[in-house]
Amino acid sequence: MAQSSSAAAKAGNKAGSASMMAGAEILLKTLEDEGVEVIFGYPGGAVLPIYDALFKNNKIRHILVRHEQAAVHAAEGYARSTGKVGVVLVTSGPGATNAVTGLTDALMDSVPIVCLTGQVPTHLIGNDAFQEADTTGITRACTKHNYLVKEGDALQHVVAEAFHVARSGRPGPVLIDLPKDILMGEFGYNENGVAAAASARYQPQVTPDAAAIRKAVAMMKRAERPVIYGGGGLINSGSEACQLLQQLVDVTGWPTTLTLMGLGALPASDKRFLGMLGMHGTYEANWAMHDCDFMLNIGARFDDRVTGRISGFSPQSLKVHADIDPSSINKNVHVDLPIVGDAGAVLKALLAEMKAQKFTPHATSLDAWWKQIRGWQQKNCLAFDQSGAIIKPQYAIKRLCEMTCDRDVFVTTEVGQHQMWAAQYYDFEKPNRWMTSGGLGTMGYGLPAALGVQVANPDSLVIDISGEASFMMNMQELSTLAQYNLPVKIFITNNEWMGMVRQWQELIHGARYSESYSASLPDFVKLADTFGMTGLVAQSVDQLDGVIEQMLATPGPVIVDVKVAKEENCFPMIPSGAAHNEMLLGPDDQAAKPISEEGMVLV
Amino acid sequence: MSNHEIIERHIISVLVDNEPGVLARVIGLFSGRGYNIESLTVAEVEMMRGVSRISIVTSGTPMVIEQIKAQLARLVPIHSVCDLTEMGVAIERELALVKIINKGDERIEALRIADTFRARTLDSTLDSFVFEITGNSSKVAAFIDLMQSLGDVEIARTGVSAISRGNRIDLAAK
Repeated sequence: MAQSSSAAAKAGNKAGSASMMAGAEILLKTLEDEGVEVIFGYPGGAVLPIYDALFKNNKIRHILVRHEQAAVHAAEGYARSTGKVGVVLVTSGPGATNAVTGLTDALMDSVPIVCLTGQVPTHLIGNDAFQEADTTGITRACTKHNYLVKEGDALQHVVAEAFHVARSGRPGPVLIDLPKDILMGEFGYNENGVAAAASARYQPQVTPDAAAIRKAVAMMKRAERPVIYGGGGLINSGSEACQLLQQLVDVTGWPTTLTLMGLGALPASDKRFLGMLGMHGTYEANWAMHDCDFMLNIGARFDDRVTGRISGFSPQSLKVHADIDPSSINKNVHVDLPIVGDAGAVLKALLAEMKAQKFTPHATSLDAWWKQIRGWQQKNCLAFDQSGAIIKPQYAIKRLCEMTCDRDVFVTTEVGQHQMWAAQYYDFEKPNRWMTSGGLGTMGYGLPAALGVQVANPDSLVIDISGEASFMMNMQELSTLAQYNLPVKIFITNNEWMGMVRQWQELIHGARYSESYSASLPDFVKLADTFGMTGLVAQSVDQLDGVIEQMLATPGPVIVDVKVAKEENCFPMIPSGAAHNEMLLGPDDQAAKPISEEGMVLV
Repeated sequence: MSNHEIIERHIISVLVDNEPGVLARVIGLFSGRGYNIESLTVAEVEMMRGVSRISIVTSGTPMVIEQIKAQLARLVPIHSVCDLTEMGVAIERELALVKIINKGDERIEALRIADTFRARTLDSTLDSFVFEITGNSSKVAAFIDLMQSLGDVEIARTGVSAISRGNRIDLAAK
């Protein structure tokens, strides 16, 4: 920890207002001060003092997962469905290294997490002690910030600062490595709290620059073919930001597209919503991005899944990019006007300035633009052919949406084809209802994330839309669902393939399906049964609705094995190395437009 | 567009909390994101507050240089990021210790050149010298080049330390 900031902290914690207690007690007291109600964790030697303190604590609930990676994903699900910071507690060595994938996932998707790791006592650090790992070294690149607490009097300050850093600015995971002697020794705890001092050294810009806002509105007034491109920053900013986006869309009447991370920021039913954009986005969203003359990006980061080939990305547009993270601006795409600030604060300022400058949209050109967009929509790019008895995966998810989306529902996914189909066919009307691993693309995310969502929202319907291969990556968490009777519904679209891998092998490796077949699958109904939960199977189209109904009528956790068409591919698709106007709509296009050699090396 | 492709050399000066791991964070950022480090120096400059200055010489396109600064600025222990190259003429100095082993005419020539470059002689034996030279990187490089043609040479360089000209002071904000 910083000699500088901890010096002040220690001075404070040794003054009159401090009481002495064990490090593990200070930790739990500070977590309570931060409003923590739930911890996802797994015990081990180095964190036993914390577990002992938890045993005596009746304010903080501990959820015992079955693998540390799942603890982080569960905390992510908790955080993303509530807007609160998710808390993880794992032991030293393997506990910490197992958490690395989850931390990286949270970093890529800007999820506020505080991860507490045990560490060997300070005098053993560096000795290759039992279950020792250089945790701060290993996690430096996969956390927003991390700490090794070497002085117990700084513990309270470190924990408070960690929460501040995790939730402020662009949110992210923060790790605190806690040597066992720090947890067991007696140190000072300041009863008055340390919030002010702990937030002093990290103060990211939230309010946008007024001149930039004026300039943005001046540019908006000239826009003839505008598009609003919103991302996860809207969700992270909160529901107010999403309401302000709705206002902006209402005032301008502009077509709006959202990234995978931004789904739900604008209701899917809004007639100005073009659907998701990007590699598996809609035809109309991608063409609107390509042909627009003005792009307003709020809280999205021009990810490569979104832009396609940069040199062909929206060549004629003026681009305004509002982002809370200055390093996301001008990273992939050069923009004409950067605005640093929180998505909600930017939208608020834009709407006020639009009023001041008497903004009105260009009626005639906007009409013509919409006419063009309606033309693209005529392509009906999400159409699929459900004929015969075999269930199409798109149909399964569409029916799931139709039968559940009017409920109080949260959806998580794993990674792959089913994830893209869920993004395409499940309609989100509200923010914080959709949890998926976007940036890192972590197979095995969905089940533990759903677990965390259900803990945070015990009375809501929580569905993990899954594929059989991803599901098996973290299926040990069935045991956690069973222990806490968390009624998560696991909806497996089972095509017996790592579908997205298979699809890419078909597209660019001559249909040589190397190691992508899901062999030796379990009987998912029996699997559910061994954990004391309900297992259902849908073999054909006529069984699908009945199975979904039965799933919804079952009070506890359910695994649904939906046997879907095995060789269905995910369309529409911007092949790697291609631009937005080079989309493939379906299998016929795929044959007509083979992927370029440059595209083949991309992921 | 071609403007964006020009590789520029920039000296970036960063004030950081002198805490364990801070240098690893900065270096990890450069290696993890594929940025260049031509030289990097670090030492504590504000003892009372535990603040260190890291001077980094890097190169890249203007877009990459902007990225480097933005990425550095978002690290929690970093107080300020100054692009001394962008701010105008900065004073940059580097110190090198150059040991040369030679005899006869080459030994005399080495001493004469050292004098021309205002290098100081720190150590001498009958067949070696250790020179100390201070200056900007190109002067140091020119001196080393000459020495290398006059004998066997061993070099220790500090890397660039730099500060802005004029009456503006860059202190840690907090």
